[in-house]
Amino acid sequence: MTESSWRMPRWFHQMGSPKWFYGFAGILQPWFAIAALGLLTWGAVWGLAFAPADYQQGNSFRIMYVHVPAAILSQSIFLGMAVAGAVGLVWKMKVAFMVARSCIAIGATFTAIALVTGAIWGKPTWGAYWVWDARLTSTLVLFFLYAGIMALNQAISERHIAGKATAILAIVGTINIPIIKYSVEWWNTLHQSSSFTLTAKPSMPADMYLPLLLTVLGSYCLFALVVLMRTRSQIVQSQSGASWLMQHRDITGA
Amino acid sequence: MLMHPKRRKKLILILALLAGTGVIVGLVLYALSQNINLFFSPSDMAQGKAPAHQRIRAGGMVREGSLVRATDSLKVRFVITDFVENVNVDYTGILPDLFREGQGIVAQGKMNDEGIFVADEVLAKHDENYMPPEVIQALNEAKAASSGAPKSNSQAIATQTVKETSK
Repeated sequence: MTESSWRMPRWFHQMGSPKWFYGFAGILQPWFAIAALGLLTWGAVWGLAFAPADYQQGNSFRIMYVHVPAAILSQSIFLGMAVAGAVGLVWKMKVAFMVARSCIAIGATFTAIALVTGAIWGKPTWGAYWVWDARLTSTLVLFFLYAGIMALNQAISERHIAGKATAILAIVGTINIPIIKYSVEWWNTLHQSSSFTLTAKPSMPADMYLPLLLTVLGSYCLFALVVLMRTRSQIVQSQSGASWLMQHRDITGA
Repeated sequence: MLMHPKRRKKLILILALLAGTGVIVGLVLYALSQNINLFFSPSDMAQGKAPAHQRIRAGGMVREGSLVRATDSLKVRFVITDFVENVNVDYTGILPDLFREGQGIVAQGKMNDEGIFVADEVLAKHDENYMPPEVIQALNEAKAASSGAPKSNSQAIATQTVKETSK
């Protein structure tokens, strides 16, 4: 790691400019909106109505088309939030703190969806809504982390300090992510191992797997859309009165 | 645009913070690993790792052909196995829908003096494989035709089919 190799690409610094980010995010937004709507509709209709029922669980397995994307996103968003926070800390980028702040509520929502759908599925399949096994407990901890980060971020009124404090908590909290991911392998749990990995062959036929892949991709697009929207609204709030913003076609409607 | 020494220092600090927390949490989890496990396997119980006369969870496969139901009550008796050791389980109550022979279960209860695990709760463990019923039926028919004896929809078959279909 010589000094000359520590060069960050140009786009990285451009993304740190509120003006540049605002414009770039504005271009991306409609594409993510279309992709999210298309993929989620396609995946949901295929998965919920046309995919074959499971030989043991019958139709109750279909809840995985909501549960699995929500669970995957809850962890990915946490990592994304921590990376954005770290970038904000190291390069002092306001926009990065804004992105991290945008992630909190979205991640908490996906975690809540994963917990609730898991409980609904658990009752008919396992015989219990909740079991204190490693996977479920670590996911509950993830939800509490999101809640703590949200509270910390709201409690400090000075944005830059709030961003720093949030980032540190998010970075420390990422320790929980590998624990969630590998909990089903490291310990005896009631929760089954992953059905959906990028590294191994799917443990279900294509008719069941592909709709899941679509809803996962669609959820990522939905997340991207909402994070860009929320970050843009923060930029508008922090830059209100800036001349570049006043001239922007989104604001003037021209 | 070289990376500023101040920034690099900060980045290293963040990575050190992450590594430090990781080591601490790792050690804590390692120390607690026996408590984090949801259940004891029959081998654990045979080796005396499970505390005696305490409410514990036991987990394993319901051995094929071991389920005996009482005719006048909801009492059932079955054997759970990890293919090394076996544990006899007594349970009175309604079993979950997914309970069947060859399926993994987790039972909560106490070991009695006769070495029988008296459960007050039985949970079915589902594995990560999903399969349409027609596929299972076709596989069972093929299996019955080749071996001459019809077999139940056991987990072993399901696991096998996934391996076969993914080849």
